[in-house]
Order: sequence, then C-alpha cells, then structure tokens
Amino acid sequence: MAQKKAKIVEKKQEVLAGLKSFGNQIYSQLDQGIFPTINMPSRSTENITYDPNLRQYILGEKSVGRSARNIRHIKPFTQLAWAAMFSNELTSQRKTSTLRDVYYSAQAYEMTFTDQQESNNIITDLETLTGFAREDFNIFPEERSAIFGDLDIGYTVPGYEGKTLNLTSHPDGVLIGPALTSSEFIGTKADKVIAIEKGALFTRFIEENVHNKHKSLLISCGGQAPRQTRSFIRRLHDELGLPVYILTDGDPWGMHIAQVIISGSANAAHLRELNTPDAVWSGVWASDIVEYKLPTDPLDEVDIKRLYELQKDPRYQNDPLWQREIKLFLKIKRKAEQEAFSRYGLTYIVDEYLPTKLEQQSNGKNGKKN
Amino acid sequence: MAQATFEEISASDFFYRNRDIAGLTNPSRSIFVAIREVVENSLDAAESQRIPPDIYVRLSFEAEATPDTQIYKLRVEDNGSGIPPRFIPSAFGQVLYGSKYKLKQARGTFGLGGKMAVLYGQITTHQPVFVTSSTGQEKIYSFKLMIDIQRNKPIILDRKVIINKENWRGTIIEFTLEGDYLRAMPKIIEYFKQTAMVNPYANLTFVDPKGRLYKFIRATTTMPEPPKETMPHPYGVDVELLQRLVQITEYSNMADFLKGHFHRVGEITAQKFLEFASINPSKNPKKLNHEEIVRLMQNLKKYKDFLPPDASCLSPLGEELLKAGVAKELNPEYLVVHQRKPSTYAGHPFIVEMAMAYGGNIPKRNNFVIYRFANKIPLLYDEASDVSYRVISAMNWRRYKVSPDMPIAIVVHICSTKVPYKTVGKEFISDRPEVRREVANALREVARQLQHFLTRQEHVHMEKKRLGIFSKYLPKIAQFSTTLAGKDRVPDIDKLLKSVQKYGAEES
Repeated sequence: MAQKKAKIVEKKQEVLAGLKSFGNQIYSQLDQGIFPTINMPSRSTENITYDPNLRQYILGEKSVGRSARNIRHIKPFTQLAWAAMFSNELTSQRKTSTLRDVYYSAQAYEMTFTDQQESNNIITDLETLTGFAREDFNIFPEERSAIFGDLDIGYTVPGYEGKTLNLTSHPDGVLIGPALTSSEFIGTKADKVIAIEKGALFTRFIEENVHNKHKSLLISCGGQAPRQTRSFIRRLHDELGLPVYILTDGDPWGMHIAQVIISGSANAAHLRELNTPDAVWSGVWASDIVEYKLPTDPLDEVDIKRLYELQKDPRYQNDPLWQREIKLFLKIKRKAEQEAFSRYGLTYIVDEYLPTKLEQQSNGKNGKKN
Repeated sequence: MAQATFEEISASDFFYRNRDIAGLTNPSRSIFVAIREVVENSLDAAESQRIPPDIYVRLSFEAEATPDTQIYKLRVEDNGSGIPPRFIPSAFGQVLYGSKYKLKQARGTFGLGGKMAVLYGQITTHQPVFVTSSTGQEKIYSFKLMIDIQRNKPIILDRKVIINKENWRGTIIEFTLEGDYLRAMPKIIEYFKQTAMVNPYANLTFVDPKGRLYKFIRATTTMPEPPKETMPHPYGVDVELLQRLVQITEYSNMADFLKGHFHRVGEITAQKFLEFASINPSKNPKKLNHEEIVRLMQNLKKYKDFLPPDASCLSPLGEELLKAGVAKELNPEYLVVHQRKPSTYAGHPFIVEMAMAYGGNIPKRNNFVIYRFANKIPLLYDEASDVSYRVISAMNWRRYKVSPDMPIAIVVHICSTKVPYKTVGKEFISDRPEVRREVANALREVARQLQHFLTRQEHVHMEKKRLGIFSKYLPKIAQFSTTLAGKDRVPDIDKLLKSVQKYGAEES
C-alpha cells in the first residue's frame, strides 16, 4: 500500500491550484455576464455507499448544483466563495486556523454565519468540491492527540524549515498538530504503529518502554481519533510501510473507534486517505474478556442497541472477526475497559497480553489464543 | 317614520315615567345621550340646508349633586337652519312635536331625542332651558322655557328679540342636567371621534368640564345629496298609520287615496291592487271601518306587484365622503370603501356602506376594531348584539388571508328611513335577513380588496428582500472570486443585478 510518497510541498501546490481553479471558474462566469453555478457530489445519505474495494464509504453519482441565480443558493454560494478565498489565504501564507476561527473570521467580511454548524457545513462543501480535506487548507479541529516513538521528522512550517525532531524527545508524547502533520518523515527504527484509545494507557506504554520492547510508534487517539490523526496514521502506513494495531476498550464504542481508523466514516465519504484499511483491531475483544477472565460491567441498553446497529453496518461485513466478536458481546452481555488488565498487575498488559496479540496478528491470525 | 301632527297625547308624562326606553338609564349614560341627541339635531339642521356644520359643544361644571353625580351646564351652538320663532317653544318644550307626514332619512327617529334631553335636564335640576335661534333674517329670538309635564305644553318664562346685525343663522341651546361626566367621558370622546368620521364635512368642537378642548376639523366641504321626502311604501304600513291617514285624508275615493298617500303607487297600480283586494275604487276612505282597515293592511302586504321603494329618500354618505372621513380619523395605510345598491326590508329602503382600513392609527388587538353607524349616528353600545358584529364574526377570514390580530378597522354604515333598531335606545341593529345579506356582501367586497392589497404588499416586501439579497451577495462573490483567481479587475455585475430587478420592476 505504500505506493505513494506524498511530498508535503507538492500537496500544498495541488491544494492551491484546486482553490484557484474554483476562483477562476466563478470569475469567468461573472465576467461573461452569467450567474455563476457550480456542481459537486451530493452528500445526502442515499448517495453514500460503501465501496468494498476501497474499503471506505464513497459518494455516488448524484450531484447537486448551486447557482447564484437562485435566491436560496446565493448566500451559501457566497459563503463558499469566501471560504475558498480564506483557505487560499491560509494555505499560501502558511497560517493555520480552526473551524471556530472560520466562523468568526467571516464576520470581518460581513458574511455572518448563523451558527457554527452553518460554517462547518460550508467547509465540508469546500472539501467536497475540491476533494481536499480541510486540514489541507490549514483548518484544524480543536481536539489533539499525541504520538511517541522513534521517528525523525523534518518541519516544513515557517520558521522551522530544515529543523528535525525525534518523536521520543518528550516523554508526554508530541502533539499531532499542524506542524507535525505537515512535516516530512526522515526515518524510523520502529516496525509497527500501536494506536491506543485512551491517554492513560498511552502513558503507561511509554513508562513501560513499549516503544523499545516492541519497536513501535505509540499514538494516543483520545477517544474517537481526530481526522488529522487518522490521516497521519495513513501516512505512517503508506509512506513508512508500517503495520497498524489498534487497542481500545472492550465494548461497541471502542470497537467502532478502531473501525473508523480502518474504514473511515460516512461523514467523510467525500474524502480519501483518511482511513487505513490495512490496520487491525487488536483488542480488547469479547473473546479476550472470556479468555483473560477480565473484570467486567454489564452491557446496558444503548450498548446492546449499538451492537445490533454495527452488526448490519457494511464496514463490519468484510472481516469475520467483527461478526464473531459482536455475537460474543451479545452473548456474554459484558464489557471491559483496557485498564481491566490491571487486576493481574500494572505491567501484565505490556508483558503478557500485548506480545501475544502482536504475535498472533503479525502472523495474520485473528483466532483465539492457543 | 312619521314625524307628524300627532294629537297631543300626554307624551311628556309618559316619557317622564319611562325615560329608560330613550336610553336615559343612569347618570353616565344620560349625559352621553343628552349630548348626542342635541348634537344630532344640530347636524340635521345644518345638513337640511346643505351647510357644512359647525358645531360647538361645551359642558361645564355647575355644582355637586350627589356623591356620584354633578350638575352640568350643556351648551350647543350650531350654524344650521335655525327655527322660526313661532315653532321654538314647541320644538323644545313639547314632546312628540312634529309637522310632517312624509318620510325621509334623518338622524332622529322619534322626534323626541332633543326634547327628551331637555325634559331630563328639567326633571333632574328644575332649571329652564334657554334657546336662541335665527333663520338668518333680521332678528334673533331668545326663549327661556320649561315643560309643563302633565299637559305636555311649553311654558314661556321669557322672550327676547335682538336685531341680527351680522346675519347670524343657527341655534344655541343651553340647559342644566345631572350626570356623571367622568364615567361617561370615554364614550363621549369616542362619540365625537366617530361622528367626525362619518361627517367629514363637519367641524366639531367640544370643551369638557375640565376645560379640555377636543377639535375635529372637516376634511371637505362636499356634502352628501340631501334626502328627498317620500310617502310610506305599501309594504311598510301598519294599521295605526292607515287609521291616521284615513282621518286626515282629503281624498274621497280609494283610488286617489292610494295614489296620493303611498310611495310608488300610480293610477294603474292602484286599480290593479283594488281589483286584487276586491275594493270598490270609488269607495270613500273615510267610511272604512276598523275591520276593513285591517283587511286593507293585510292585502297591501300580500300584493306582489308593488314596485320596490326607491332610494331617493336616503342620503348615504357616498364612497368619497366615507373615504375622506375614515382617512381623516384613522390615517390608515390602506383604505377601501364600498357602497351597496339600495335594498329594502319590509317596505323600508336601506343602503349599506362599508369601509375597511388597515394600519395607520388602528391598534393591533386580538380582534377587529368595528365602527357601527346608522344614519350617520355612531352606535357605541351593545356591539356584540349588532347584526354587523355577527356577520363579521361569522365570516371565514382565512379565505381572505386576513386575521383578527391585524390592525384592521371595519366601518359599517346603514342608512334607512327606518333603521331596524332592536331597542328605542338606538344602540344596535337587529338581525334581519335582508340587512344581514347586504352587510355580508359589502364585507366580502372590501375583504377581497384588502386581500389584494395584502398580497401585493407581501409581494413587494418579498421582492425588496430578494433584491436586497442579490445586491448584498453578488458583489461579494465578484470580490472573493477576483482575489481567489488572482485577477486585478473585478467583473462587472451591474447587468446581472439589473436582470434580477427586471423581474419585479413595476413593483419596487
């Protein structure tokens, strides 16, 4: 899968060219004295399908038109033109921004958005129209996750050009923010990536020297992994050829955190390369709960409802592992957190559980132990 | 209504004992009714001469009467026809005094309103009434009068004659009465306001006991066509009227009797009717006995071929004057008026006039503001019992995109030789099918027009909003795309903006 060596600078050029061509399109229509119109794929539910080959959600053939001639379209049309101009400014001046910033910045242009949701939608329109993620326009979400491990990166952000950093430099990990995601990979001694749902376990792994013992880059997702983190994981996999293992709580929600890293979400059906189809979910499985006799809580009503939903979800059809684990959850009606391994001592998860799992899965087996 | 040479029945005495039926029920109502009756007489007196009325009313405090009531002096001056001196004592000192046998529309109905007010003043304060009048000739006559209640006769206490150097014409009446002005005040002010609305050619001035001045200035000097006098229509007579006609008639045969005393009865109609009723045309009407009179009345009502009464005896305001009056008092954003063709009920002709006003000074309430008038008199009490109120309430307003919480005033004017009042107090009009139908038709007409206005207004509003949106956003799109495309020149969007405007150009 590591066929594409994305050069950060090249990507920026592509993004700028895409924005400019959108501007040219509107400009030339106006210049010819006609009301500008645009077309983009529809993001309505019926136009979202799961593509088993790409192993992610994609948008179908249906498209929607926006015309400045239409009284109901002209405001969002203008907002979209503004968002494109604003993104162009950010990208070319190498400034970063957030969705909240976008919402407020519009006011300087007398382009007031009714609410945050409206401005978020316009940014999603811009993503759909250009095919680039908002992070490519330097618009980042607020939530941050972190990475730790033996990876050397070279900065491309202004003022840091040419500087490098080894990601073991700071014991709390390094924030996966705009400066890191826009940097280029120089080299790594790691041979795998371990993405962890919770920050507490991420810290434990660093303390227990997992990155050395298992030659791994550790990532804290902080719950549902942010889009930039998901896209960063994809880069680690594609550009460095590293296999990706995901550790979550043993419940439907943890299971789905892993699934979104692997298969993406329906909300991002208009974008590519935010997911890592080759990543695997290492646990905590329902079968682990049984196997390791972990302390558990009962599944409550919403957990069970969620399991039935996931059972029908197309993303859960491509690997027998998912269906098997869902069935087992529904059978034992129990769930367990990652911390549950602490009943066997603080280092048990690192010394016993993790090596077993990694060994099984690197051999391509999803079966039970023994 | 026959305002007639009734023989002197002891009418003063009768009304003295039954003053409730004339609306003089309590101290606050009484003072309102007294002012209204005298003002109406003044308006009639000016209108009969086609003179734009100039009426000055002053109510001044005289003394405390009881803990709740006071004695007031009421003075009303007009520029009307004036009263010939020989009629003055009877006109103000004798109840049910009248002279005419014919019918025409007038404000007063029983010929007693003004006199009742004077009588009420005398009963409550035991003071005389002062009347000064001139018909514009060389002399002005002043009388000081009281009413002999038992004998229904005026008592002349004093009489003066002055030389009319300035050719003054009009009547001044001044008398004292007991009442409760503070409680009556809202109705009295409302009365003047509404009177000004349907008499846009009148100047009305009112000075109240606190010295406050209320002035309603005329908006026009155009006056409505005065009504013509007519005979009673055969469908509208009763036994009482027939009996009196038989007594005073100068005709000696039935054919002439019918032709001479009834509206729209000519030679041929009289003959055909007498044939229908099996009455000998040469019979002397004086010889009719009571049974024959009753049968005559029944046959008059039964006979189908009398022509309907014509409306020349009516004096509607007319659409122009109604419009001027409502516009003057309500200053609305939109106003529509409509006059129905004359119609009849029970032999009495009537005309319905309607105005509907939107916005301006009209308050927004949970219901329409309704102004009711009969023969140019505002009706201020018992609104919910009135036929107009019922028609307005029963209307399906949603059909007209109108809702009661809009600032809408509805003005209904019914004029007739005999307004179908439900009570002697003249406060509301009874629900007769013929009247109801006319009111409903008039209401539909004005409602339709208001609907057009509202629709157009909404359209204009939408159009303005639409243009506003285009002219706000198109320049921005041009600006943003210019920056984004890295061009120097902003594309010219004037043509595009114009093309949007064309869509509704005549509206904006």
